[in-house]
Amino acid sequence: MTHQAAPVVPPRHRAGRLTVVDPSYGARLLGLAELPSYWELVLMLAWREIRIRYKQTVIGAGWAVIQPLLTMVVFTIVFTKVGHVSSGGQSYPVLVFVGLLPWQLFSQAVGKGATSLVANSPLISKIYFPRVIMPLAALGAPLMDFTISLGILAVLMAAYGAVPGWGLFALPLFVALTLLLSFAVGLWLSALNARFRDIGYVTPFVLQLGLYATPIAYPLSAVPGRWRTLLELNPMTEIVQGFRWGLIGDQSPDFVFLGIGTLVILAVLGSGLAYFARMQRTVADVI
Amino acid sequence: MDPAIRVVELSKQYTVGGPRRYDTFRDLVAARARFRRRGSTMEANRIWALRDVSLEIAPGEIIGIVGRNGAGKSTLLKILSRITVPTKGHAEIRGVVGSLLEVGTGFHPELTGRENVFINGAILGMTQREIRQKFDEIVAFAEVERFIDTPIKRYSSGMSVRLAFSVAAHFEPEVLLVDEVLSVGDQEFQRRCLGRVREISEGGRTVLFVSHNLAAVSSLCTRAFLLERGSVTAEGRVDAVLHRYADSVRQHTTTLLGDRRDRRGNGHLRFTAVTVEGPAGPIHVGDPMTVALDYVAEVECRGVEVALSFHGPLGEPLFRCASRASAPSFDISPGSGTVTCSIPELPLLPANYSINVFAHIGGDALTTTFDILDWVQDATIFEVFESDYFGSGQLPPKSHGYFVVRQAWSLDEGLTSGTSSATVSEAPA
Repeated sequence: MTHQAAPVVPPRHRAGRLTVVDPSYGARLLGLAELPSYWELVLMLAWREIRIRYKQTVIGAGWAVIQPLLTMVVFTIVFTKVGHVSSGGQSYPVLVFVGLLPWQLFSQAVGKGATSLVANSPLISKIYFPRVIMPLAALGAPLMDFTISLGILAVLMAAYGAVPGWGLFALPLFVALTLLLSFAVGLWLSALNARFRDIGYVTPFVLQLGLYATPIAYPLSAVPGRWRTLLELNPMTEIVQGFRWGLIGDQSPDFVFLGIGTLVILAVLGSGLAYFARMQRTVADVI
Repeated sequence: MDPAIRVVELSKQYTVGGPRRYDTFRDLVAARARFRRRGSTMEANRIWALRDVSLEIAPGEIIGIVGRNGAGKSTLLKILSRITVPTKGHAEIRGVVGSLLEVGTGFHPELTGRENVFINGAILGMTQREIRQKFDEIVAFAEVERFIDTPIKRYSSGMSVRLAFSVAAHFEPEVLLVDEVLSVGDQEFQRRCLGRVREISEGGRTVLFVSHNLAAVSSLCTRAFLLERGSVTAEGRVDAVLHRYADSVRQHTTTLLGDRRDRRGNGHLRFTAVTVEGPAGPIHVGDPMTVALDYVAEVECRGVEVALSFHGPLGEPLFRCASRASAPSFDISPGSGTVTCSIPELPLLPANYSINVFAHIGGDALTTTFDILDWVQDATIFEVFESDYFGSGQLPPKSHGYFVVRQAWSLDEGLTSGTSSATVSEAPA
């Protein structure tokens, strides 16, 4: 059929690399094995998000400073002046701010994660990459804000004379848990959102409720026993407690509940990966 | 030697009317056209966008895939690019695969040219090191050196398209899958892009090239495949396949209207088919074209005016051909027949156009009544292909309208007296 000269062998033709496309490949291969070669893309997408975030705003990255500070101020006024919540020996603004640190990381990352597939549908319908890098890259900008907030906290702590405790060494672990939980929830929500846009409306609302179902505006010690157990089943509760333990020398989190929380996070992550894998096969068709 | 691409009985089924979104007008038209052929009461709302497609491509081959809109070309490319999964069958690709389904994927208007080059490159699958190495070349090819640190929202559309294409053109995977991306930019830039694709292919890479630009396919490709309704119906030498394609386009230009229920009119006369024809199959810019309307008249209809309204790809009304403008009304006796409208030179740019057909009685100076006999919207969709209408190798971009108009230009310099002005060419009357 082809009468022309035999095709030239490509200079870099590596017989080794073989891509197989069949109806099951998406489910079989979540893309985790390929993830290392897409690491640069994850970073680029996260960086892009950070770059475009505060474009054409007057104060730019100042928003990352103002938002947690204002929240802290409002909480301080509402809960101490109006609600008379006891801060359990800590200075209330610092207590709230430390609680807000992991919470804002979580809520921003989940919010971004939930919309990560839908917001990038032009990319998804035009180019292949393991889809899982979308909810992964969504962690980038919130992590950036988190770092800025840590800096603000250092200033606040100096101002209020708060000292970190020994738990400070465990802080990276709690940050990692927050990221893991955010990613796990983001996986679920992004996949669901691709099919049911309702998720995009429900998520901010549920996150807002979550802010009160986590001991952020109040210390865990201010919660009566029965409710406290319920509250401790929320993985974010132990994370917040871990932050307070490390940063302001508050009582350590309950390690049993922390263990349970970690298991919950792993369960959400595992099921999230499974659901995501199933959904990603057809995401380009339905998104 | 092992093939670079082996596709075995690949099939893809879509559910129409389900949650599927149509990303392009092209897809939408294709799906609608398919829907129509089966009539509006479809027993199954599933369609096979691709059915048992098998092909084998040796390393270093430049393959052209041609076919009408909705024939499955883009679906094939999307499956091979792993954007979507096949319903049945499988494919193997040997070597590093890259796909270009559009240029400028991931471009963000707020970011500078430089930032976008890095992000777009990463999205295509280039490493940061690779992009850094080729950066100057990319910027030079796009001719945007001066603006590389300006946000691209300040670029003209031509500039951002050039930059986007330039990144794509410097992306050199071993197996390259390219969709209709060459139809961007002005003609000069397109020519350079084609040159670049040729360069890449001469480097021994395998290229799978989907295009409507038959000239590009015939000049670049070593072999071609014709897809029709999701199946490969011809493969082999490029000119032979393109010939088959031209024939197939010609065969399919008749659209039956008998089953259309979404029509208005009293039914005294009904159009049963509309046939759009160029001089030799496909219609190119500036070609003569005929639109033939087959009808059945139930009763005698006197003083009938037949009209065609042409609409653009987004449904914009473009122009109307009405029989009374150039001919007397028709007196049609019961029975069947054909009304034909000939357009000596079709002044439309390459795109898909739709035609509404309309027949009525009355509405003129002599009668007071106005009866619609038959009115079918979007009776047919036809495609206009590229041609060298002006003999300059250039066609205006569609962003400025769909028409081509014969024209002549002249320059008068230093207008002091009639004698010093030099007329370059004269506008025809």
